[in-house]
Amino acid sequence: MAVTSDTPRRSPARAVKLLRESPWSARFGMAVILVYVVAALFAPAIAPYGETEIVGAEYEVWSEQFPIGTDNLGRDMLSRVIYGARNTVGIAFLTTLLAFLIGSIAGLLAATLRGWVDQLLGRTVDVLMAIPSLIFALLILTIVGTSVINMIVVIAVLDSTRVFRLTRAVSMNVVVMDFVESARLRGEGLWWIMRQEILPNIAAPLVAEFGLRFCFVFLTISALSFLGLGIQPPTADWGSMVRDNATLISYGDITPMIPAAAIALLTVGVNFVVDWFLHKTSGLKE
Amino acid sequence: MTDANGDDLLLRIRGLKIEGRTEEGWNEIVHGVDLDLRRGEVLGLIGESGAGKSTIGLAAMGFARDGCRLSAGTIEFDGRELRSAPESARRKLRGNRISYVAQSAAAAFNPAHRLMDQYCEGPVVHGVMGRAEAERDAIDLFERIHLPDPEAIGFRYPHQVSGGQLQRAMTAMAMSCRPDLIVFDEPTTALDVTTQIEVLAAIRDAVEQFGTAAIYITHDLAVVAQMADRIMVLRHGLLVEEGDTRQLLSDPQMEYTRDLLEIRRFRVEERPRPADETPVLEMRGVTAGYGASTVLHDVSLQIHRKRTVAVVGESGSGKSTAARVITGLLPPTAGEVLYDGEPLPARFDRRSTDQLRKLQMIYQMPDTALNPKQRVEMVIGRPLQFYLGLSGSKLRERVRALLDMIELEPDTFIDRLPGELSGGQKQRICIARALAAEPEVILCDEVTSALDPLVAEGILKLLDRLQTEFSLSYMFITHDLATVRAIADEVVVMFQGKVVESGPKSEMFTPPHHDYTDLLLSSVPEMDPDWLDRLLAERAELAKQGRVLKAADN
Repeated sequence: MAVTSDTPRRSPARAVKLLRESPWSARFGMAVILVYVVAALFAPAIAPYGETEIVGAEYEVWSEQFPIGTDNLGRDMLSRVIYGARNTVGIAFLTTLLAFLIGSIAGLLAATLRGWVDQLLGRTVDVLMAIPSLIFALLILTIVGTSVINMIVVIAVLDSTRVFRLTRAVSMNVVVMDFVESARLRGEGLWWIMRQEILPNIAAPLVAEFGLRFCFVFLTISALSFLGLGIQPPTADWGSMVRDNATLISYGDITPMIPAAAIALLTVGVNFVVDWFLHKTSGLKE
Repeated sequence: MTDANGDDLLLRIRGLKIEGRTEEGWNEIVHGVDLDLRRGEVLGLIGESGAGKSTIGLAAMGFARDGCRLSAGTIEFDGRELRSAPESARRKLRGNRISYVAQSAAAAFNPAHRLMDQYCEGPVVHGVMGRAEAERDAIDLFERIHLPDPEAIGFRYPHQVSGGQLQRAMTAMAMSCRPDLIVFDEPTTALDVTTQIEVLAAIRDAVEQFGTAAIYITHDLAVVAQMADRIMVLRHGLLVEEGDTRQLLSDPQMEYTRDLLEIRRFRVEERPRPADETPVLEMRGVTAGYGASTVLHDVSLQIHRKRTVAVVGESGSGKSTAARVITGLLPPTAGEVLYDGEPLPARFDRRSTDQLRKLQMIYQMPDTALNPKQRVEMVIGRPLQFYLGLSGSKLRERVRALLDMIELEPDTFIDRLPGELSGGQKQRICIARALAAEPEVILCDEVTSALDPLVAEGILKLLDRLQTEFSLSYMFITHDLATVRAIADEVVVMFQGKVVESGPKSEMFTPPHHDYTDLLLSSVPEMDPDWLDRLLAERAELAKQGRVLKAADN
């Protein structure tokens, strides 16, 4: 293509300026995300032990050898928390990406084509949204069997309904603009109108929603894993790690809270960044 | 009039500076303006957008919009300094002794409350009158400004009355506390010319009857000539010229004022319709509508090569719908559109790329006609790429040539986003986009109505030059007869979805006319300060003879 709409001519300088002006909350959020990403990418290098390696007795207390003890099978908790970042965050990220791919394309189609396409997609989404998503996910995963792929697809489809709703709503505001009409009258195809005319104008709310959706997907995966239908053992995952070691709480040991805290911290961090981004794109100054 | 410092001076502004917030910090937009207003006097503030006239109007109430601040100077209202006064003191004055009439009454009224409730709110809150008294007063005022059915109109919701009536109700509401000063901020800009007359008359009557002082803000010198005793011309936040209305109009001192007075004098010589030629574009017996309601009834019109046909009518007359039928966005229920004698497919998506290319459109609002995320190069380059298959350096060269043609410096503008352009520049880019397709016919839908008069005139001159250069035909949809007079060869007058009259420009501007054409023509304000009085007198005379010339909603 000879001309593209989003040529980043001045973006590096602007990104630096933007970062310098960011508030402390956004910086904190970005730092948290950075730590998680590093942990996920370099888990084998950082973690003292292997992911599924049994290295000691069950439920060992915190010590120099095992900084936060061992789990119900005698695996090192710290190592598993670090590997958990890779599994839980990675899978959540993939799932959210897939959900956005499905949801935004469907939403753009509905908004651009209107008519029966809009009705068909809209009503299908209504049906999917009518059933509580966690129960629906449990139901389908019990039928199709639990595997990582199945879980990613099921959660992505269920979550794409929200993305569809948002994309359709914000696209509607853009579709009625004269520049879209002008592109149609030029004879442009559907893909061009969706990709070049509408998408760049709805990117900001979609990115913000991506951050929020990521948190929800993340929590859903953890919840499913906690219930035993998500990421399967022996893969380290924060949700199932909470479940496996839950008994310790009765003895006043906070170890099972650490994977839970890892979930909470990431959620907070992502939300800080999203808040800041939303603020920036909505044009509010203070 | 007593002495200059005497107590008949109502508003005295000295050295007013106003700053607006930008990304880089505070930026001064009004650079020290002095203003005096005596009791009962009407002062016109005139200037193009960005001149600071609205900002100054609001400052007269001691108010600054969000993102603005009154940074220096004094605003004395009836001897009291407002800039330093506490907000509570200022609030007591607003609505009570100073009131404000906004440009869009439709946006200024709360759609969820009846007119009467909104009318009574001011007097009751300020403790001027009780509710019952306020209601009686409202009916009295509605009657004075000639609203139809004054007893009952107050019990309607804003969406149940027409735009012109709503603007008059807004004026009545501004009078409800019998203020000393009313600020009118472009109260008729959003209205049709035919409706504008009644609103102007109502405002003038109301102001005269109660001896209220007023600041009348507008960009239309002809309108302000009817309303104001004195005029201040503003530009870029500075006073250009100030003077008594008649004196300023007859003997302007400054170049800029003279330019403003000149704008309606641009004329293109009428070119006669060529004999026995197939019109390049023709609508034949077109009937069209949305759902069950029919908007166009058996409309026929022809556009010849290298000619400009102006389609005029007020809002709702179906002129934009006609354009939608021609472009293929709205397939007609009867009749057809012919191009060069050949029928065009009714729907745009059934037309060939070449058919689409030959017929381009320029929109009313350049803001919404340009994708805010696409740079100028992309906007103009896409049709070149799409229709003509240009790419690489050839494409870039052609874009630069087009920018030259629309009188924008290529190096400065090629990389800009629409947000970095002014309204006039945006409209020029839209013209370049249409030109890039190398069309034969361009539909111009109110292309100048969102622009300042001087900028609009520049656009008209550009379009005229391009027409000769590229042998273009234009269909010019407009409600502004000054534009028609300037650029048209032929005129088609539309009213309620029908063509009521059509013919060459010279014929259309000489009587006798269809009643509606007459109404439309006579409603265009003239620079002469006596024009409104004369017009109202003439219409009253005609009404006695049984010919009522009034807009449909009055």
